Amino acid sequence: MADKIRIATAPLAGCFGCHMSLLDIDERLLDLIEVAEFDCSPLNDFKRVGSADIGLIEGGVANTENVETLRDFRRHCRILVAVGACAVNGGIPAMRNQFDLRDCLEESYVNGIGVENPMIPNDPEIPLLLDKVHPIHEVVKIDYFLPGCPPSADSIWTFLTELIEGRPVSFPYTQIHYD
Amino acid sequence: MTDRLETAANPEGLNRVVIEPLTRVEGHGKVTLLQDDDHHIHQVRLHIAEFRGFEKFIQGRPYWELPVLVQRLCGICPVSHHLAAAKATDALVGCEALTPTAEKIRRLMHYGQVLQSHALHFFHLSSPDLLFGFDDDIAHRNIFGVIEDYPEIARQGVLLRKFGQEVIRVTAGKRIHGTGAIPGGVNKPVSGEERDYLLADVRQMIEWGQQAVELTRRIFMESPDYHREFAGFDSNMLSLVAQDGAFELYHGGLRALDENGATLFDHADCQDYDRLLHEEVRSWSYMKFPFIVKAGQRDGWYRVGPLARVNNADYFPTPLAEQEAQSFRELDAGRPVQASLAYHWARMIELLYCAEAIGILLEDDDISGTELVRRGEMQHRGVGVIEAPRGTLFHHYEINDDGLVEKANLIVSTTHNNQAMNEAIRQVANRYLDGKELNEGLLNHIEVAIRAYDPCLSCATHALGKMPLEVRLVSSGGELVDRLVKSPAGEVAHGS
Ligand code: SF4
Repeated sequence: MADKIRIATAPLAGCFGCHMSLLDIDERLLDLIEVAEFDCSPLNDFKRVGSADIGLIEGGVANTENVETLRDFRRHCRILVAVGACAVNGGIPAMRNQFDLRDCLEESYVNGIGVENPMIPNDPEIPLLLDKVHPIHEVVKIDYFLPGCPPSADSIWTFLTELIEGRPVSFPYTQIHYD
Repeated sequence: MTDRLETAANPEGLNRVVIEPLTRVEGHGKVTLLQDDDHHIHQVRLHIAEFRGFEKFIQGRPYWELPVLVQRLCGICPVSHHLAAAKATDALVGCEALTPTAEKIRRLMHYGQVLQSHALHFFHLSSPDLLFGFDDDIAHRNIFGVIEDYPEIARQGVLLRKFGQEVIRVTAGKRIHGTGAIPGGVNKPVSGEERDYLLADVRQMIEWGQQAVELTRRIFMESPDYHREFAGFDSNMLSLVAQDGAFELYHGGLRALDENGATLFDHADCQDYDRLLHEEVRSWSYMKFPFIVKAGQRDGWYRVGPLARVNNADYFPTPLAEQEAQSFRELDAGRPVQASLAYHWARMIELLYCAEAIGILLEDDDISGTELVRRGEMQHRGVGVIEAPRGTLFHHYEINDDGLVEKANLIVSTTHNNQAMNEAIRQVANRYLDGKELNEGLLNHIEVAIRAYDPCLSCATHALGKMPLEVRLVSSGGELVDRLVKSPAGEVAHGS
């Protein structure tokens, strides 16, 4: 059998919904793994991207580690895809961009209801937050953008099958309308 | 209940070990351990290292956006946030009781959600540890390995999850981030056709639900002492219960029991949650540490989720789940079951309950009713509480006269289990890692303990980027003593 297509996936600043939508292909998952295998992904215990044909990125960039992961994916994936609104344009997490980061932190850890020991967590084990949440194309080159919140399982399926079969990717209207 | 291993007395002299990112959990987190030169462990912490700031950035948004906006906290259990926010907005629009149609459609949506989330957690994420062993080959220890070795179990898991997602699609319009619940009710009934479509599969789902309970029970009972002991400790338990003490996922009063089952409070009004529970901030995690005010900051921490709910409920309202719950309760002769790994078993009992409850609701004509929304006089404060798949979820909003959000407080399910997960990994580190040289299989023991809680780190303030799994031993002088690296192919090697 020919070598399987390697797919890697990573969630950055998203909600995991785009990963769930990938699983929403349901039984087709069993067909997918006939032709593809997973490199690093939250679904297995590979912690670092090896080398993949397709990298699927969920979520925008909100802290320094998101930046590192994204760069690592760009280096090791032949085709890199922004999956979902958060990756494409920052999505809901980017709503914090209209506020000062300090105000956001204080709201949760200092002025919150029922908070004891008010303080902003500051341990060196916690990565540095970026001032603003960014779409991923501001950090690395992206080959495809798959819109939706999340993109439907059918549109992910169409995308993957056309890509794997080497056809130009196109969607029927019903698969790309938003909500 | 102890602070043991939370903070090392003299961290300067110790070696730091990191597990990052945690995998086969939803969202990201990391664990750090401090060991001395003889590999004895002095400190273990689960860190949640991302922050999103929902409580701030929804300020100024109109209240009716909340159910669709805030669910973007989490794509695994969006329905829980959708409904908790909707319940809070019910209070804001002065709806004291939903119409029967609205309440039943929301319940249907919720049971679909708990069913799919539990199926996902058990079959897709945790079953590899339980079926193959904690130190199985890393390339095999995942859902794709299950598909290979146990195709029938994997297929049932995929189809159970699909069924739950379809119940959500029918009631919410969309599988993920739907729009079904609105302030004071829902926006559509279930049609006859949709109902028949779902009914066609219910019996099969119930049967698979029974098999799933049997599987988790059997795995636990294969070595009950080991499974009790692994990440085992005593704690308080918190959940909603119905007025008569029955198991309840959508609406009820708060019940907290101590480790022996004695009542801390019962049928407490959810609107008073902020007097019952407080949250402590610690410098090393973005996830706060909630505790029962009455029991105090030190001893008041508790567990939520399937284990707490099955322990706390007097009975299950559906026959097959009740039968299974009875045998579960016998495990420790009626004392609340404390084993972390018993979460899986309790979770499958709940999955079975949801399948049964969905069947009952689908036969109920109210779900096709036309009275969908009720409203009364606008209020300024709304609290919505629900039992999400991972435990009790609180949404609290305050709005101004223009209907814009001024203040918000969210306590998500996983946050309640923060202290418990830290206890679990400390117990495991102490018992299985202390004094040993590290390897990948041993480190997975830590993740197995965390996975039992099905943490949703997306919810819990949410996700980080991916880092290599690299374990470094650094001497007190800052020198690199040893380095373990997991390659993309899954091999673990020593390197420098
Ligand atoms: S695009 Fe939507 S579903 Fe995807 S990660 Fe962002 S909020 Fe979640």
